[in-house]
Amino acid sequence: MLSKKKNNRAWFLVLPVVLVVAFTAIIPLMTVANYSVQDVFSPANRLYVGLDFFRAIATDPAIIAAFQRNLIFSTQILLIEIPLGIFIARLMPREGWKAAAALVIVAIPLIIPWNVVGITWRILARPDVGLLGVTVNQFRPFDIGNTPADAWVTMVAMDVWHWTPLVTLLVYAGLRSIPQAYYQAAAIDAASPWSVFRFVELPKLRRVLMIAILLRFMDSFMIYAEPYILTGGGPGTSTEVMSILLSVLALIQFDLGKSAAFSLIYFLIIQVFSFIFFTVLTLDERPGATKKTKRTVIHKREDAVDDAASVEGGRS
Amino acid sequence: MTTTNIPVIQGPLRGSYFDWRSWLFWLIMAVWSIPLLWLVSMSLRFNEDILAKFEVIPSRISFRGYTDFFSDPLWVGSFINSISYTTINMVLSVAVALPAAYAFSRYTFSGDKHLFFWLLTNRMAPAAVFALPFFQMYQAVGLFDTTYAVALAHMLFNVPLAVWILEGFMSGVPKQLDEIAEIDGYKFGRFFVMIFIPMIRAGIGVTMFFTFMFSWVELLISKTLTGPRAMPLSVQMSTTSTAAGLDWALLSAAGVIAIVPGVIVIWFVRNYIAKGFALGRV
Repeated sequence: MLSKKKNNRAWFLVLPVVLVVAFTAIIPLMTVANYSVQDVFSPANRLYVGLDFFRAIATDPAIIAAFQRNLIFSTQILLIEIPLGIFIARLMPREGWKAAAALVIVAIPLIIPWNVVGITWRILARPDVGLLGVTVNQFRPFDIGNTPADAWVTMVAMDVWHWTPLVTLLVYAGLRSIPQAYYQAAAIDAASPWSVFRFVELPKLRRVLMIAILLRFMDSFMIYAEPYILTGGGPGTSTEVMSILLSVLALIQFDLGKSAAFSLIYFLIIQVFSFIFFTVLTLDERPGATKKTKRTVIHKREDAVDDAASVEGGRS
Repeated sequence: MTTTNIPVIQGPLRGSYFDWRSWLFWLIMAVWSIPLLWLVSMSLRFNEDILAKFEVIPSRISFRGYTDFFSDPLWVGSFINSISYTTINMVLSVAVALPAAYAFSRYTFSGDKHLFFWLLTNRMAPAAVFALPFFQMYQAVGLFDTTYAVALAHMLFNVPLAVWILEGFMSGVPKQLDEIAEIDGYKFGRFFVMIFIPMIRAGIGVTMFFTFMFSWVELLISKTLTGPRAMPLSVQMSTTSTAAGLDWALLSAAGVIAIVPGVIVIWFVRNYIAKGFALGRV
């Protein structure tokens, strides 16, 4: 493999992207930064307020509550989706038309418009006409519109239904990249199914799992459409996550300064996690980053066997 | 070369080894499909029946939800609006991402790592952060309530996505190809269009699918940037509540119709689904 050439004229090739994203990202962010430090009464009448809005955000009980809800939500869905995704991925058929059909069926929730996910679950959870609502109602009272706990559980279930397929697909892709020789080596060592998973599969899945965890964390941290359609943040504020609160603050109450300060804090949190994500993704692209693990040993063993086989073949 | 002197075992990954695995998998998929089947069943029932009695399998079937959808210019119009902005967005995103992805996959240049990371942060940015400034910006430039506004705004996350996925595919094409073409006297533009793009057409197809899809599923930005003229399907769906309550059948039918475009094309990208969702990194 040739290494990449140093060529600063490549900037001309990335220029269109830089211009487009500057227009769609930098200008809006500058507006936000501008609003966050001044109180705008009218375009001509502004007052510089420094960090007052940031202080107001950091001490606003509604925002702190929404932030905590986001953290709890992300933790809960990660704890469910990651193990469940691995479990389903290991059951998926690997070959033939069944594998192709399984891939498509697993992926279907991922391509459903987010508002339709919300609508589907709102219909499903209706205590009067929904399959889930009516079924649960047989055993205990279930009312997504009035009981905060029911709304929360439905929101988590909806996200698990919607996004576990992403974890499944990533793990499936990771599992498929494990050479059969690894399993053969494990079979020679008479490894139990659990040790095969723990010592052969899990180490090879580390990277896809990191990707899955970070993607799911970030996307669940900014979730908007699904809970907005399902519950509208209610009952009360029990499912009001940060994106819903921010959109109300910015687009309905039109509180420019506060929503701008909130936006910047929100954006910075995501930036930090993006950086972790980026570091993980580019870890094995750096020179000298390839770790020497058991993989080399197994490869060598396989090569040795191949050599022996070819020598035998040559002799016969 | 086969490893003849090792017993060839069926790893636990081979579907046929443990049959219960396959059964359990399809059982889980059956459970997984219940919400969607319920949506389809609701779309095929009479509104009176939905409210009057609870039944798992409809006793009588009506296509009124679907006929209402296709006979109402508001619904059809909103569907066309959604298709238009997703298509414009898809074409523009892939067009600007192609040269950039080539640059990232072939060259190092000052600030390339920072630029690549900065693109990623925009893919990860919460839409709610951008809703208000987008609203003001597109009103200021007179694009508010047009499909172009949504198409441009969705480039915020789709251009980075396209660059990342395409870069993944382009890095799979040997760099020697570029050098041989250069020796053969190809100018860069001709090489890129005549040789390179055909070589990664699968990658371009996959990227088009994902840019289309992420634009198709988005709600907050498309809702914020449109009024009555360019109203997308997702927003039209939130207007179904009338004085008589929700029109369940029509709402469910619209939901089913909104899923169809994705389901039709997903078969073609099935082997790249994981790659697309993981930004080209699997």
